Amino acid sequence: MSDHKTMTLTLIVWRQKGPKDPGKFETYTAKGITEHHSFLEMLDCVNEDLIYAGKEPIVFDHDCREGICGMCSQVINGAAHGGQDRTTVCQLHMRKFKDGDTIYIEPWRARAFPIIKDLIVDRSALDTIVQAGAYVSCHTGGVPDGNAILIPKPAADEAMDAAECVGCGACVAGCPNGAAMLFTGAKVSQFAVIPQGQAEAATRVKDLVDAMTSCGFGNCTNHYECQVACPKGINVKFIARMNREFIKAQFA
Amino acid sequence: MILDGKCPTGPIEQTWDKHRFDLKLVNPANKRKYNVIVVGTGLAGGAAAASLGELGYNVQAFCYQDSPRRAHSIAAQGGINAAKNYPNDGDSIYRLFYDTIKGGDFRAREADVWRLSQVSNNIIDQCVAQGVPFARDYAGYLDNRSFGGAQVSRTFYARGQTGQQLLLGAYSALSRQIKLGTVKMYNRREMLDLVVVDGVAKGITVRNLLTGELESYAADAVCLATGGYVNVFYLSTNAMGCSVTANWKAHKKGAFFANPCYTQIHPTCIPQAGDYQSKLTLMSESLRNDGRCWVPKRKEDCGKHPNEVPEEDRDYYLERKYPSFGNLAPRDIASRAAKEQCDDGRGVGPGGRGVYLDFATSIKRVGADTIKERYGNLFEMYEKITDEDGYKRPMRMYPAPHYSMGGLWVDYNLMSNIPGLFVLGEANFSVHGANRLGASALMQGLADGYFVIPYTIGGYLAGVKPGVVKTDNPEFKKSADEVDAYNNKLLDINGNKTVFEFMRELGGLMWENCGMARTKESLELNLKKIPALREEFWKNVKVSGKGADLNQQLENAGRTADFLEFAELMCRDAYHRNESCGGHFRSEYQDEGEAQRDDVNYCYVGAWEYKGDKKEPELHKEPLKFDNVHLAVRSYK
Amino acid sequence: MQFTSSSIGRKVFMAITGQSMVLFAVIHLLGNSSIFGWLNGGINAYAEHLHSLPLPFIIGFRLVMLAMVCIHIWFGIQLTIENRGGRPQQYAVKSTQKATFASENMIWTGALIGIFLLYHLAHFTFQVINPETAALKHLVPLHNEMVPNVLGMVVSGFSNFLVSFIYAGAMVVLFLHLSHGIQSFFQTMGWSCDRSQPIIVKLGSLVALVIFLGYVTIPLTIFAGILKG
Ligand SMILES: Cc1cc2nc3c(=O)[nH]c(=O)nc-3n(C[C@H](O)[C@H](O)[C@H](O)COP(=O)(O)OP(=O)(O)OC[C@H]3O[C@@H](n4cnc5c(N)ncnc54)[C@H](O)[C@@H]3O)c2cc1C
Ligand code: HEM
Ligand code: SF4
Ligand code: FES
Repeated sequence: MSDHKTMTLTLIVWRQKGPKDPGKFETYTAKGITEHHSFLEMLDCVNEDLIYAGKEPIVFDHDCREGICGMCSQVINGAAHGGQDRTTVCQLHMRKFKDGDTIYIEPWRARAFPIIKDLIVDRSALDTIVQAGAYVSCHTGGVPDGNAILIPKPAADEAMDAAECVGCGACVAGCPNGAAMLFTGAKVSQFAVIPQGQAEAATRVKDLVDAMTSCGFGNCTNHYECQVACPKGINVKFIARMNREFIKAQFA
Repeated sequence: MILDGKCPTGPIEQTWDKHRFDLKLVNPANKRKYNVIVVGTGLAGGAAAASLGELGYNVQAFCYQDSPRRAHSIAAQGGINAAKNYPNDGDSIYRLFYDTIKGGDFRAREADVWRLSQVSNNIIDQCVAQGVPFARDYAGYLDNRSFGGAQVSRTFYARGQTGQQLLLGAYSALSRQIKLGTVKMYNRREMLDLVVVDGVAKGITVRNLLTGELESYAADAVCLATGGYVNVFYLSTNAMGCSVTANWKAHKKGAFFANPCYTQIHPTCIPQAGDYQSKLTLMSESLRNDGRCWVPKRKEDCGKHPNEVPEEDRDYYLERKYPSFGNLAPRDIASRAAKEQCDDGRGVGPGGRGVYLDFATSIKRVGADTIKERYGNLFEMYEKITDEDGYKRPMRMYPAPHYSMGGLWVDYNLMSNIPGLFVLGEANFSVHGANRLGASALMQGLADGYFVIPYTIGGYLAGVKPGVVKTDNPEFKKSADEVDAYNNKLLDINGNKTVFEFMRELGGLMWENCGMARTKESLELNLKKIPALREEFWKNVKVSGKGADLNQQLENAGRTADFLEFAELMCRDAYHRNESCGGHFRSEYQDEGEAQRDDVNYCYVGAWEYKGDKKEPELHKEPLKFDNVHLAVRSYK
Repeated sequence: MQFTSSSIGRKVFMAITGQSMVLFAVIHLLGNSSIFGWLNGGINAYAEHLHSLPLPFIIGFRLVMLAMVCIHIWFGIQLTIENRGGRPQQYAVKSTQKATFASENMIWTGALIGIFLLYHLAHFTFQVINPETAALKHLVPLHNEMVPNVLGMVVSGFSNFLVSFIYAGAMVVLFLHLSHGIQSFFQTMGWSCDRSQPIIVKLGSLVALVIFLGYVTIPLTIFAGILKG
């Protein structure tokens, strides 16, 4: 690990003052970046320079910076989260770039995710989908003992695979149709594979799909770009599962 | 003033049941007339908002992120404790209670801890019912692991993402209530003031982070579940947005701040790589179940590739110093031990601030696949950040600020000294004493939210006439005007140092002088330097942009300004507590590296009252009594 | 929400109609391959066999096929319009990894197939493109009966470069459409899992290739003069 080498990069960043502003690309230079900088730390440095220069820093969503809160959301050179396998932008490190690189940075682009400012978009549609029924309608208290419901390990593991989704919306951003099938599929599947989810399985899938349709997301054309974009490796099998559950629900 | 925690008396096993019976109830038909504000949607706030909404209260919930699902509870990896005794290895409510009191170094209230242990079992049941995908064995039963400081396997986990899964459980319950209309969710709102009317908490002032507008919300009770404050160290395992702001604003409105000096430093975090760094990443403590901590015995070996240091030249210092607990020694002990090795010049990695966590032995014993099954995502995370493969060479670790045991003072009902202001989760001070055991914070957050506040808030509201104070009360306008003036002041300074620079500087002071080890001198130094830094901040900070816009600089500036005030209180608390206990280690008070408590003079909760700008805060004491667990030296040798 | 207005519901219609057409295409190909002589009497016998089916069956079948095509086209256009709006602004750099030329251009390959279908029907079913070679007007003997000379019509048609070219080109387009469409069907119906999905993708392309090769050999062998009337 050589800490002494630093890189200079050209950033072409989407700047948009507000939801109604048409927005445009601006070019910035990032200097003194090491391979150990995370991508967001690199942007922090650029922002510090902008502030010193009396300019408005680039705003972007972020919080945990450890790949779990799902807040960070940037499209880097056309790839949601920067294109590194199973990695959020905040986990992306500058060792993936070379000195002199030009990097395009854009917000998630999808009809259902209107841009708020610069790289920040409104993802509340994902909450709307969850509110439509991505839960077991149990009450606080008055539930059976945890071991009263036996769940075979493979089912528990499969539920966990689906539940790993961090709700970042990269699947939507990566989808040429702006569809939220991977997100919704993961939600549906998480409950479809375990006993607790059975009672409401049919209404759940219908309600979630309805919410997804009315939120303005596009439709799936099975490009599978979502799986590429997903930082948690959520598999498109969950979309298939949702489709199956949805068809099944028509006969329920 | 001597504070009273209003703990129920009598045999400890019956305290919570008896208290629940004694609490007044709100007539079900009347519940919807009561408005309750919940600030924060982490485990504590999310669970509380969902449960209160379900009971029929009219709930308004707030968080600063764009969705309630993103609260920092999501980052918890390791697990959640419960006294289920499923493995039949000798656990019980009493043992969890005992371990928590002892782990907290006898600085927590017995009754609160008992209640926590008692409801721990309900939490697991609740989460399972919600569909939380806890790890299972092949027969379909819930799986357990053991976690730092405990000799029984009582930790439930969901891969390496327990906090995420528990939070998603609470979020799903919350989402259900939002859909049902009992909870109204306000995302991207930051609470910037508590509105107190005639001495009673009646609402909050928030900034809409999208538009910059200030908004007022009134309610019959306000619950703060706004998380911890270890970002006062700047570099910590907390999220970038975690702050003391909500707590601090409430403190300035009269709420007492208890034990601010009790902060936990987590032993296994990825060491800092450079000074541009914005946060530290925790590697779950569960790694210590299979990883062995070591440093080279000789300084000369520190620069070598770890695999080239022969077995006999390695110092497995935890196994050496604490033979019975070994690598599973409690956090504070493990952290200090790591620091000691590095201070001794035997640290590894950049700046010599790191120790090895080695999996070679375990991989040999159970195979790389099993290790991968257990911690795969952690190894992946480590590789992403450091570019090193933890399966092939030992990981490098260093302690980092992680959790705050201190928080707003609350009584047994989780109500602060301001009537109507309740404080939940990491934001309060209640159960962890001077040190928190692993996997106990998630437990506390959910206990407070699902199983405590739904009862205790009723006891308070039953005596309150609903909806009396509305946002047209002049206190709301006054509060909003003050917040507005404060923000404008920040924007008008237009100095030449950025907010980050101040925060880095403050963090440095706190880590050096009020971190893992503190001395009278280091604290005195901080008590001089922090006010000076604060003064400089108010003269020289540069915040660009406008108030009436999405302005992350302004958000950070506000949080930093609060940290700059809070840090002083923290040092003052550390300075006054002339003993070492749990996460508060005063180097003067030790017995060969072991913390030396002073139960004669300091067996109390120290709760500070804000007395005004530039005035010394006043200390109030709540004496601690131990009727069930004998005060004893906490030894893990 | 109605099944026919929901996102997945409409996809299911696309999938079922599309896959039914694939099935038809396969059977159609098997029938057409009688031109290579495996059926006693060749393609003329095959055609006669079809025509001798009960009239209500033939009409019914054609109406069902027509409905399929209409539903497929209707939802195809509707979904595509919605999807183009799903991301109103494209990224400055395009970096798709799994999407293919075929998957991105289903509407255009579909439209070309639609146009080809009209041409094909006009050519061989209604026989209005080259009325002088129309099979219905040229009866030939077969097993003591006079039947339309389909073979003659096909051979004379494909001896023309332009016609052969149109057919071959259309089959390339069909290949593209199906290389995405066949595997897509299984995903849309939910008949795939993580292990089968990559295999289905490959098999789908393979089947599309087989259909392509099967169809394209007919005009090719005729134009090359290998297959004669
Ligand atoms: C990396 C990491 C790993 C951990 N691992 C474990 C573990 O394995 N086991 C365990 O038991 N514990 C663990 N902990 C501790 C535990 O996760 C936390 O203590 C606990 O989740 C805190 O929950 P909370 O609900 O109190 O606060 P948080 O989850 O932090 O939620 C705070 C909420 O308050 C909101 N908020 C804050 N300030 C404001 C404001 N001014 N205005 C409006 N909203 C505001 C936020 O938006 C958020 O919704 C870990 C902690 C960290 C950081
Ligand atoms: C007639 C004109 C046609 C048009 C306009 C058309 C258009 C489309 C469109 C837009 C799609 C959706 C793409 C997607 O969702 O990925 C599609 C899918 C499909 N088409 Fe067609 N198509 C036509 C003809 C055909 C024919 C003749 C066949 C079969 C021989 C066919 C088979 C399929 C299949 C199998 C699918 C996949 C369905 C799915 O997504 O699950 N199409 N078509
Ligand atoms: S499915 Fe993957 S990409 Fe989509 S929201 Fe979840 S984590 Fe993000
Ligand atoms: S900032 Fe939390 S996932 Fe990237």
